[in-house]
Amino acid sequence: MKFGVVIFPGSNCDYDTFNVLRDVFHMETVFLWHKDHDIKDVDCIILPGGFSYGDYLRSGAIARFSPLMQEVKEFALKGGLVLGICNGFQVLLELGLLPGAMLRNKNLKFLCQHVHIRIEEEKTPFTNTGKKEQVLRIPIAHFDGNYYDSEEGMETLIKNNQVVFRYTASNGLISDEGNVNGSKESVAGIINTAGNVMGMMPHPERASEAILGSEDGKIIFQSLINWLA
Amino acid sequence: MIEKKIIKEHGLSEKEYEKIVELIGRDPNLTELGIFSLMWSEHCSYKSSKIHLKKLPTSGKNVIQGPGENAGIMDIGDGLAVVFKIESHNHPSFIEPYQGAATGVGGILRDIFTMGARPIALMDSLRFGPLSLPLNKSIMEGVVSGIAGYGNSIGIPTVGGEMYFNTCYSPNPLVNVFCIGLARKEKIFYAKAEGAGNSVLYVGSKTGRDGIHGATMASAEFDEDLEKKRPNVQVGDPFKEKLLLEACLEVMDKDLIVGIQDMGAAGLTCSTSEMASNSGSGITINLDLVPQREEGMTPYEILLSESQERMLIVAKRDKVQAVQEIFEKWDLEAIHIGHVTDGDKLKVEANGQEVVNIPVDSIVNLCPVYDRPFERPAYLDQTRQLEPLPLPENFNQTFLDLLTDPTQADKEWVFRQYDHMVQTNTALLPGADASVIRIRGTKKALAATLDGNPLYSYLDPKSGGKIAVAEACRNLSCVGAYPVGVTNCLNFGNPEKPEIMWQFKEVVEGISEACRTFNIPITGGNVSFYNETDGEPIHPTPVLGIVGIIPDLDKSIGPGFLDNGEAIFLLGENRDEIGGTAYLKSLFQSEKGRPPQIDLEEEKRVQKLCLEAIDEGLLFSAHDISEGGLALCLFEKAFLSSKKIGCAVHLHDNIRADSLLFGETQSRILVTAPSHHFSRLLDLAKERGVFIKKIGETGGQRIEINHQNKTLIDLDVQTAFQAWKQAIPESFKIR
Repeated sequence: MKFGVVIFPGSNCDYDTFNVLRDVFHMETVFLWHKDHDIKDVDCIILPGGFSYGDYLRSGAIARFSPLMQEVKEFALKGGLVLGICNGFQVLLELGLLPGAMLRNKNLKFLCQHVHIRIEEEKTPFTNTGKKEQVLRIPIAHFDGNYYDSEEGMETLIKNNQVVFRYTASNGLISDEGNVNGSKESVAGIINTAGNVMGMMPHPERASEAILGSEDGKIIFQSLINWLA
Repeated sequence: MIEKKIIKEHGLSEKEYEKIVELIGRDPNLTELGIFSLMWSEHCSYKSSKIHLKKLPTSGKNVIQGPGENAGIMDIGDGLAVVFKIESHNHPSFIEPYQGAATGVGGILRDIFTMGARPIALMDSLRFGPLSLPLNKSIMEGVVSGIAGYGNSIGIPTVGGEMYFNTCYSPNPLVNVFCIGLARKEKIFYAKAEGAGNSVLYVGSKTGRDGIHGATMASAEFDEDLEKKRPNVQVGDPFKEKLLLEACLEVMDKDLIVGIQDMGAAGLTCSTSEMASNSGSGITINLDLVPQREEGMTPYEILLSESQERMLIVAKRDKVQAVQEIFEKWDLEAIHIGHVTDGDKLKVEANGQEVVNIPVDSIVNLCPVYDRPFERPAYLDQTRQLEPLPLPENFNQTFLDLLTDPTQADKEWVFRQYDHMVQTNTALLPGADASVIRIRGTKKALAATLDGNPLYSYLDPKSGGKIAVAEACRNLSCVGAYPVGVTNCLNFGNPEKPEIMWQFKEVVEGISEACRTFNIPITGGNVSFYNETDGEPIHPTPVLGIVGIIPDLDKSIGPGFLDNGEAIFLLGENRDEIGGTAYLKSLFQSEKGRPPQIDLEEEKRVQKLCLEAIDEGLLFSAHDISEGGLALCLFEKAFLSSKKIGCAVHLHDNIRADSLLFGETQSRILVTAPSHHFSRLLDLAKERGVFIKKIGETGGQRIEINHQNKTLIDLDVQTAFQAWKQAIPESFKIR
């Protein structure tokens, strides 16, 4: 089993994600360079957080044109597991692998804080070691995490059970206060209809070691490992 | 001969001009005059401060690099070195808050990675005028988003800092930016230009007309012409800097270069001449080869530009191609613009002509040094006398008023705009006494803190300097960290005024005395003078950045209560000291009285006790008593406990109630401990000669503070917490 973490210019959670996979889960993990066309036979590709190409335009809008993204798209369409975290999620939206778009956070400020998210779907490759309605405490760190899609788009998303995580209060209940960035339907993470590509704004790699204050993020990596085993 | 008017416009005195003529043996041309104007500015030359800075202790057995380089370096064992520095970006942040603060972050980061270290944490010390004035709000909003915009993008966590509000910073804010990096000892690089014939490479952004005369600007007061200076502020590009950071660290890791220097204040001029001067070489560059953003730039403009995200590298000829390949990988160019020479001259060519030919020494080392006159300011005669104060009628209300003053209130509104977790090493979130960053591959962690109470320094500069050092060290003690090195940023008014010079001298002496007592070296820093607007100086504001080591991260503790039933102990002694407190300032708008006096030996004993108790695992939590006194310290311990646990406290000291609750007597720490460790803790305190007393116990959802059978404060923790948390966001609410 082999994991690949993509490095775009401006990625800054590349090493954090790599370190968790290698040091916490002892997985074979490699970096994938944005200029290459080589995905090195990995079983799962992770697009990490950061500010790819500076994100001076729409977040993720330039990264989708990286040479490597052709291979990532092909890999995904063939059923390969792809996880986009934060900026990685934004790139997946721009690539068209996931539906919807990100708006500025509702308070128009960058937000870095621990939030609570609820597992809405536990039968995915990304959540199978968690339980439905389980509440996870995981940090977010983003400016554009306010998930948006049209009314029809949201309906489809919900009908197809594509909402994997929702922001909640600490008790697991949906609330305006818990939905810190103002996402439609409190969406914190979604999956494609085929069930192999997921994007999430919270950073599970920042919640995978006790020293960092939470280990709830391990569920996502452990689920991937179980799924691939 | 250059006209007197032009010399004056360059911020040089006639005497200084005469010295230039003497040094180079002729009149300088305009370009050369521009170079001297920058390099001899207060900002670059430290001409008014040097004589006093010499009093600071700068040596110690673990010092790898003291003052004089881009940053200080301390050996921390395991083959690792910590590289750190603080810099001011006050003047640019005043003129253009977002870009001023952002480029401040960019500049300090380059200071760190230019030495071969990967930056691992940023912190900021900020000072603003009262938020009741919309201008101050907009400045604060701009500064905070500028810091966030740069640090978040480049992926260096902003892990903490500190903040004060005072009319003396209205509207001239202070923005002091601090950065820590980690390097392998054998991979440290310096600003060297050795070996005649070696290639001088220019890397990073193109040179534009931005920031011309930034350093000279930072060496003058502000007046109504402020708006005209906006073009002097540079614009930051954190993405470019991220590429530069990765490329530079890769080049250094592969041992391809001789020396490297960032282009900060005074740009190309400063980097070329300092690198040459450090190695006793000369340097020749051709400006036609310098990448330019705009057409028609004159040699004067190219040399003096402060465009951001640029570095200068000296590489052996045969390694140039390898260096260039790495920069290409990161979509950057490394362009050969000149070479190192024998001799001692900075020579600059443009359009086939020599436009500069001056000895590097004359610009870098031979700037006149001033022993400016100093005199004790007259205001001190008035501030010492404190009028009689009424005792609060309702301590609950008085305390809530104190708690919701922005200086004391929760700073989460600020911290959550900063990515403080990227790099996944932040072991203690912002808001604690010190920031804690784990060092991967070891049991150790780094701790860092910034400190500097401007009110103390205004009322008693020497004590202010001492306390800034002592409190920073105390903050480190509270997380179990031993201080290893100090950097300082000294923010003052116009040094040509004898009262300001006196404040400066006193503060430096205070810092020096404290550092000697604690046996910690100063490894560098920054002086920012001329913080005056329309002739009104800021309070003297020293900011101390101290880095410490936690030998075993597992033993480190936080500030907040953990659970019910913990005993609360006071380490140190309560005294009747109400002068210079946040209480007087917040409740009576009074900046008077004698600020707390510190006994450095007593302070050392208290810190030693705290460190030993943490090391022996005797404590649950530790938090130092500072602004807001004993009362605020107790509430903060409740606020910072994840369960928001309350407590009941009984005090019996024969001290006036307001002074006891809100006084800021130094050398005090509130700790909590389990009952089975009491006897060991008391014994240890006795051995160390530290006064210790159990003052209460944690539990419940209220905080009750009793004094001699009278309940002074009795508040619900959640109510107080919400008031504390909402105070700053409330000020920014759009109505």
